Amino acid sequence: MTATAKKPPETEDSHQRERRALRLSWVDLFLWAIRIAAIIIIVVGLIGSIQKFIAGEGISAEGWRDLLVSSLSQGAMYGLLALGYSMVYGVLGFINFAHGEVFMSGTMVGFIAANWLFENGIWDSNPILSLLLVLLVAMVTSTLLAVIIERVAYRRLRGSPRLIPLITSIGMSFFIQYSFAGFFGAGFNTYPPPPEILAGSVTIFGVEIRTTQLTVIIIAIVAMIGLWYFVTKTKTGRAVRAVAEDKEIAGLMGINVDRTIVAVFAIGGAMAGVAALMWALLFRSVNFLTGFIPGIKAFTAAVLGGVGNMAGAMGGGVLLGLFEGLGPLLILGGLGIEGATQLKDAVAFMALVLVLVFRPSGLFGERLGSDDRV
Amino acid sequence: MTSVAAPTVLRANTFAKESLREVIGVASITGLTMIYVSAIGMVAVFNERFIIDPVLTMGYLVLFSIPVFAGHRFTRQEALEGLEVAPLSGADVAKAVVAGALAGFFLASFALIVEIFPQLRDTFPNLSPKMVELITLGYGTGAAFVVLPVASGLLAAIGASVAWLPRKLYKASLVGISTVLITSVFDAVIDDFFDWLPAIPDFLYAPISGLTVVSAIVVFVLSATLSFVLSGRDTSIRERLTTSASGTGKRNQMILIGLIGIAIIVLPQFLGGILNELFTNVGFFLIMALGLNVVVGYAGLLDLGYVAFFAVGAYTMAILTSPLSPFFSPEWSWWLAFPFVLIVATIAGLLVGTPVLRMRGDYLAIVTLGFGEIVRITLLSDWLAPLFGGAQGIRQIPGIQVAGTEVSAITPELMIYAMMAFVFIAAYISWRIEDSRVGRAWAAMREDEDVAEAVGVDTVKAKLMAFITGAIIASFAGALFAAKVGSVFASSFQIVTSIIILVIVIVGGMGNIAGVAVGALILVGILGGPNQPGLLQEFGQFKLLLYGALLVYMMLKRPEGILPSKRRQQELHQEEVLQDAWLDKQAQAADLEGED
Amino acid sequence: MALLETRGLEKAFGGVRAIQDLDFAIDKGEIVSIIGPNGAGKTSFFNVVSGMFEPDGGQILFDGINIGGHTPSGIAKAGIARTFQNVRLFPNMTVLENVKVGQHCRTQRGIFSAIFQTPAFKREEKEIEEKAKDVLSFFGSRLVGYRFDEPAFTLSYANRRRLEIARAMATEPRVLLLDEPTAGMNPRETIELTDLIGRLRDERGFTIVVIEHDMKVVQGVSDRVLVLDHGVKIAEGKYEDVSRNEDVIEAYLGRPADIRKTR
Repeated sequence: MTATAKKPPETEDSHQRERRALRLSWVDLFLWAIRIAAIIIIVVGLIGSIQKFIAGEGISAEGWRDLLVSSLSQGAMYGLLALGYSMVYGVLGFINFAHGEVFMSGTMVGFIAANWLFENGIWDSNPILSLLLVLLVAMVTSTLLAVIIERVAYRRLRGSPRLIPLITSIGMSFFIQYSFAGFFGAGFNTYPPPPEILAGSVTIFGVEIRTTQLTVIIIAIVAMIGLWYFVTKTKTGRAVRAVAEDKEIAGLMGINVDRTIVAVFAIGGAMAGVAALMWALLFRSVNFLTGFIPGIKAFTAAVLGGVGNMAGAMGGGVLLGLFEGLGPLLILGGLGIEGATQLKDAVAFMALVLVLVFRPSGLFGERLGSDDRV
Repeated sequence: MTSVAAPTVLRANTFAKESLREVIGVASITGLTMIYVSAIGMVAVFNERFIIDPVLTMGYLVLFSIPVFAGHRFTRQEALEGLEVAPLSGADVAKAVVAGALAGFFLASFALIVEIFPQLRDTFPNLSPKMVELITLGYGTGAAFVVLPVASGLLAAIGASVAWLPRKLYKASLVGISTVLITSVFDAVIDDFFDWLPAIPDFLYAPISGLTVVSAIVVFVLSATLSFVLSGRDTSIRERLTTSASGTGKRNQMILIGLIGIAIIVLPQFLGGILNELFTNVGFFLIMALGLNVVVGYAGLLDLGYVAFFAVGAYTMAILTSPLSPFFSPEWSWWLAFPFVLIVATIAGLLVGTPVLRMRGDYLAIVTLGFGEIVRITLLSDWLAPLFGGAQGIRQIPGIQVAGTEVSAITPELMIYAMMAFVFIAAYISWRIEDSRVGRAWAAMREDEDVAEAVGVDTVKAKLMAFITGAIIASFAGALFAAKVGSVFASSFQIVTSIIILVIVIVGGMGNIAGVAVGALILVGILGGPNQPGLLQEFGQFKLLLYGALLVYMMLKRPEGILPSKRRQQELHQEEVLQDAWLDKQAQAADLEGED
Repeated sequence: MALLETRGLEKAFGGVRAIQDLDFAIDKGEIVSIIGPNGAGKTSFFNVVSGMFEPDGGQILFDGINIGGHTPSGIAKAGIARTFQNVRLFPNMTVLENVKVGQHCRTQRGIFSAIFQTPAFKREEKEIEEKAKDVLSFFGSRLVGYRFDEPAFTLSYANRRRLEIARAMATEPRVLLLDEPTAGMNPRETIELTDLIGRLRDERGFTIVVIEHDMKVVQGVSDRVLVLDHGVKIAEGKYEDVSRNEDVIEAYLGRPADIRKTR
């Protein structure tokens, strides 16, 4: 509501401060208190960590470096997942809560492929092909599921009040989760150990990095380049951007809006499929709840980067990965809080709250459809 | 419409093509649904329970009702405004039969695949030989290719041909079937209720589970006849109940509430242990649903972390009353602690409410969900274990002291009264607020926040009021929960609880107290809460699946809920209402002309 | 002293200066029309005065007090009410409820008195109802009787406009800001509304600022006319004077072609 308008410099006068004071209610005071408290906590925590580090206590330099790399790789995964949220929000203006489940379906069905390949010895004899196959299976599954959800549920809800598709997607999310629990059982399925070529670590610029993490980062970069090419250079990609800008006008210009929205869901699903392979490489173990928390975190990443902003989603993902991976140890550890890693998820959610309090339009700016711009 | 020959032929052609598409479409959806319920293990689990011993199990009921509904779809007659209802035709039945048979063929193929690849079971634990035997009706996978298409084709035909039944008869048989199902499924309730007259349950039920064939027939005939005789008379009652805005409707509603009130006070005397526990659980969820109804239904703020306030209430009560509270343990009585619970809940409402004041509705939803998780994680963490007991929680919470006795889990027959008292308070609060200055401000804010602000509603204050009211009502449930269970654990306060409360509010009818009550009774009563069993314990592992499916279904088909609030119904069916209003106006105009 | 006055008011959106250094004043009991071509900043002016947008500079003095930067609800409570160009009612609330909401800032009973149904609460509810009915009766038989309990979205377009005015009246303002009250109405309804604006002042004593495109209405109701173009006041005065002002004609019709080129 409060317009974020640029002030012309010539209007800066003595009255300015007076008016601000009037508008500064206790709500603002509270929000400022939160902001200041957050900054103090972060700064104090950081100082504490640095002191510890200098004193030679706690985690070593190598430890921090490993943590940094693993946070980066996880952040890349969040980023790819965030794309799905971001694009759907940008085009349709609602949070597709079930996107985490789209990702989960990729990890689960990808597991079947990986397991089959492993049992038949192809996993070790032909690792690259195996990974590509698993990737393909995961991407196809996730894409299909995303498109089916759109067709079955969301398409009928276009134009309804904003909260209705959100509630639907929450229901969808639970339905898919427990359907998978029914199909696969509630236990964990563990991917076969990464093929030998990915088992060790490589040294780049004198820094030793685990190969799986490096692979994950490379996959993310390749996927992003592919996506960028698709969105900027192809006809469908241009249609997606036009529809994101203004559905109605795009429709009048002869773009098939329905088909383009399906494309949006398909792209989001495909990226979730890629993220599924990354999850498999990083964590290996999957079950029907695998998608829930990463889904919410990826949404956080999308907001962090600015909803509707594709590059922002990736940036937001990396930032969130860093914040979540390093934050608990760096900040909470610095404050002397025991068992900081237990609070990992709480830190990620706190990040969401803080982003929305500090900068609800994200770090890199929102790109919303015409109906959602304020 | 046209009498030209060529287009008619063309139309017939496309008609055939469309029919084929329709049949194949319905057949694949039907077949896939049947495969789905088999593959998630529903058929096998539900098969443990008889509906009618030994003819029909719940598993088969679920599996084979699918082709019936599919068949029904072909002859379902929807009266669309201004369009002629298409006449029934035999071709539709034929289509239904083909579709059903095709679906049966799909199911048989599925069974065959499962049998050929036994290793599938490693990944899909439910694809067992037992399941194959079940879905092939014991005939083996070869014979299934004959049996299943015939059976499901037949069932689809039945589903399709019910449309020929006269309206009254159709309704009566529906009532009969539902009564048979309800009596069979709710055996625990009826058993429990007729403690004093064991002859009735003895007659009704077979030794293991389900009705006997004889009793099923008796129940069907009785209820169907009753419905046949009474049909047409119940509509006026329903009408009177749902029109809440007018004065007479309100009085009738009051009378109804009074009657329900008396029943509620007397009934627990007749309840046995199972039902008592069940209703107490329903009560917890009803209180919370009433609170969430204030936040979501009245003020339009979608709070997905509502369980956090429940946790705050329960933990505050636990800390103040339990001798085992690790950090601060004043060991107060429940009554002394209760006001502090309300104060802490108010503060919690403010703390959650303030940061989200300026957020868009959907961001608010996710942030509140985040808050819910933050609360749970911190309560569970080792870091704050010295305060909240961590994973061990806080035990030995005393009950509510009333006249020398202690109301807690040990005295369930008293607990239910405490529960009802708080349900009543929560319902009364929301009822009174809805039709007051604050309630109107919430409604205005829900409709258009900017305009509400512009006509003088302080939306900041109104939002915080909604959050605080919701938090306080949830803390009622929390305080009771602590006293009832005697211990609190962070694991009792998961996201799913928030979601289930939301489902209750939405299924029941957002913004309508009676609707929310019905929603809580049906959902928690039958399916159960996240950790509490409902009447149908077989549903246990499919509970959340069904909650999710219900949520989607309601949003797509009936977003205003079972018992909609008047406002909601209008909001979501504005076009229809407008159309009706227009038609009314036309009719009025016609009348006026006639008078002139 | 003027009842409502702006001094050097500024508002910009991005790089566009919607309102530039605007001085405006209206005395008690006056009716002032604001006219100007599309995009002249008329509605922005209302948005800033009613608090929906924060001004970037300058003062808004209401009864001598600077209200710039207050919340819209605070400004409504101070005594400035508005209507919207594209009617914005609470469509699913009844006609009566819509008006009752307008009474919100004039009443104070909160949750507790509602729960306990205190005598004060009941008295206030009764007052709210009476006041709402009184306000609606101002529009003759159009919004009374069975219409009280009709949801607002069932009303005809003209009645929605009337209801919006009624809702603004219910906030008991001293200044009414009417944003194109006759837009979309037929000639008969327009004449009726012109009359109504006059009655609003004569019978109810409101001071009225009205944005209007229909020159007949402007001529019929205004004591004074203010002309905006590109956020700048280009003329002010009696309708007869303003309508002959060259700047105004130019703003509406454009400059002769040769001059425009040099611009």
